[in-house]
Amino acid sequence: MTSNVAKGTMTVEKKKNKKRSQWAEVWRRLKKNKMAMLGLAILTILVLTAIFADFIADYDNVVIKQDLVNKLQGPSAEHPFGTDEFGRDIFARMIHGARVSLRVGILAVGISIIIGGTLGAIAGYYGGKLDNVIMRVMDIFLAIPSILLAIAIVSALGPSLMNLMIAIGISSVPSYARIVRSSVLSIRDQEFIEAAKAIGANDLRIILKHIIPNALAPVIVQGTLGVAGAILSTAGLSFIGLGIQPPAPEWGAMLATGRPYLRYAWHVTTFPGLAIMITILALNLVGDGLRDALDPRLKQ
Amino acid sequence: MADKILEVKNLKKYFKTPKGMLHAVDGVNFSIERGKTLGVVGESGCGKSTTGRVVLRLLEATDGDIIFEGKNIRMFDKRQLRQLRREMQIIFQDPFASLNPRMTVSEIIAEPLIIHGLTKNKKELDKRVSELMEIVGLADRLVNAYPHELDGGRRQRIGIARTLSLNPKFIVCDEPVSALDVSIQAQVLNLMQDLQEELGLTYMFITHDLSVVKHFSDEIAVMYLGQLVEKAPASELFKNPVHPYTKALLSAIPVPSLKNKKERIILKGEITSPINPEPGCRFAKRCPHADKCTNANSQPVLENIGNEHYVACHMVNKLM
Repeated sequence: MTSNVAKGTMTVEKKKNKKRSQWAEVWRRLKKNKMAMLGLAILTILVLTAIFADFIADYDNVVIKQDLVNKLQGPSAEHPFGTDEFGRDIFARMIHGARVSLRVGILAVGISIIIGGTLGAIAGYYGGKLDNVIMRVMDIFLAIPSILLAIAIVSALGPSLMNLMIAIGISSVPSYARIVRSSVLSIRDQEFIEAAKAIGANDLRIILKHIIPNALAPVIVQGTLGVAGAILSTAGLSFIGLGIQPPAPEWGAMLATGRPYLRYAWHVTTFPGLAIMITILALNLVGDGLRDALDPRLKQ
Repeated sequence: MADKILEVKNLKKYFKTPKGMLHAVDGVNFSIERGKTLGVVGESGCGKSTTGRVVLRLLEATDGDIIFEGKNIRMFDKRQLRQLRREMQIIFQDPFASLNPRMTVSEIIAEPLIIHGLTKNKKELDKRVSELMEIVGLADRLVNAYPHELDGGRRQRIGIARTLSLNPKFIVCDEPVSALDVSIQAQVLNLMQDLQEELGLTYMFITHDLSVVKHFSDEIAVMYLGQLVEKAPASELFKNPVHPYTKALLSAIPVPSLKNKKERIILKGEITSPINPEPGCRFAKRCPHADKCTNANSQPVLENIGNEHYVACHMVNKLM
């Protein structure tokens, strides 16, 4: 018996199984994707470190306590990633920095996806005047450099973690609105949308059940990349004193403050940089995997 | 008087385009008897699909009345319209585009049932879905399959099952087989015919395939540029076409015979633009009898020439 035959009977059996929920099906497909699982593992570790940061490194005595005698020391057994310009342990700071960076990155992107996605979906679906009004407002937002917009929002609301996330989130709303709008436009005129109307589905149902699932792929890709942008924007805002206030650790800020010492203390910028890179990589792997897992057409 | 399930009076649908008003459907009148099939034929762009969609109110008519079971559905509000969806349904042309690629077969078929709350619980829903799948001849093991995994014929069966799930009385079939292979066309057509007999459905069958419509319809309406040019019982129309356009259309049906070569009537000229059409006979520019026609500048109306045979042509008496 060839393996083909075995495979054939297997798929038949699988399909005979009683209806599985959609998410179980997505998870089953995601599990098959090794790279996505690697990304998910990295993310889980990062999130767990962030949650249990207090157990790994004491905040008051290690993370923010200055020890100028030992400043800018290279990696050693005592300080695995070395120390920064104030002699603080970079490893400990990175662990605590993960709390801020991950939260800002993911929540800011979440905010922009929710607002931008809703606006884009409405603009694309209804078209006409509403589309024009929404998209022209988005164009106005796009015309302002996003970092300037974020600066304006934070200075209006006052510097705090929440305001930071809102500012970064809102400043990237237009790009999500554009992406969602364009994919909604391409889906809106397809026959299955008309079919949904013919069976009496209301607009909300059509948008949620028929349009969004088909318009998700580019948003996921943009979103995973957007997390990187958000972490770096936080760094920028921290740098000019509108983001995370020193001495609190944050990856982007660590990266920025280590820059003057790059020539003789490479580790100060390298390790936070690597952390950002690995986070983005993991998010991208998960995002790609999720995009494929959500698309039943790609099932082997 | 026959039991008319649908009556359409002076139906008009204009689209706004940058160049002017596009007269997609322009003053169409017809009616369909319960349990019968009206075939609507015509070339691409003549407004036959638009007519079907306007009748279902998937598109809003510009003018005219659509009377379904004695009620003018053009006056219906949103809530009434939702109820109406259970009575009137549509089968789409392209089974590759009319099914949401992210939904499984059972989800697609169950959706109308969920929207209209026709089943009480999940168990009942599953039962109804498998019942519908059996009716249209889909194997039970396909419940969790996605449309892209199936061939055109099976996909069209999904579309038919979705349509039937609401127990409609009247179905607009918008070229339901033109996207399918010939061998599968026959299967799907047979299925539709069986369903009509079993469930007493009324069809409005839109197609450009004349050989299909000949077998399928009780009555045939020929459309040209948004207007009906001829309407007659199917056998009568094929035996005795009167309008020059119908004649040309029928002469285009291929005949599987070497001896009996039919003379093909080839229409000259381009189809007139439906955007801001000039008043008068729309067919005049391509009509082979136009030089003999004395009043091409006025619009001909459908006239009964006997046997329920209606023709819209000024030359009707000379052509018969």
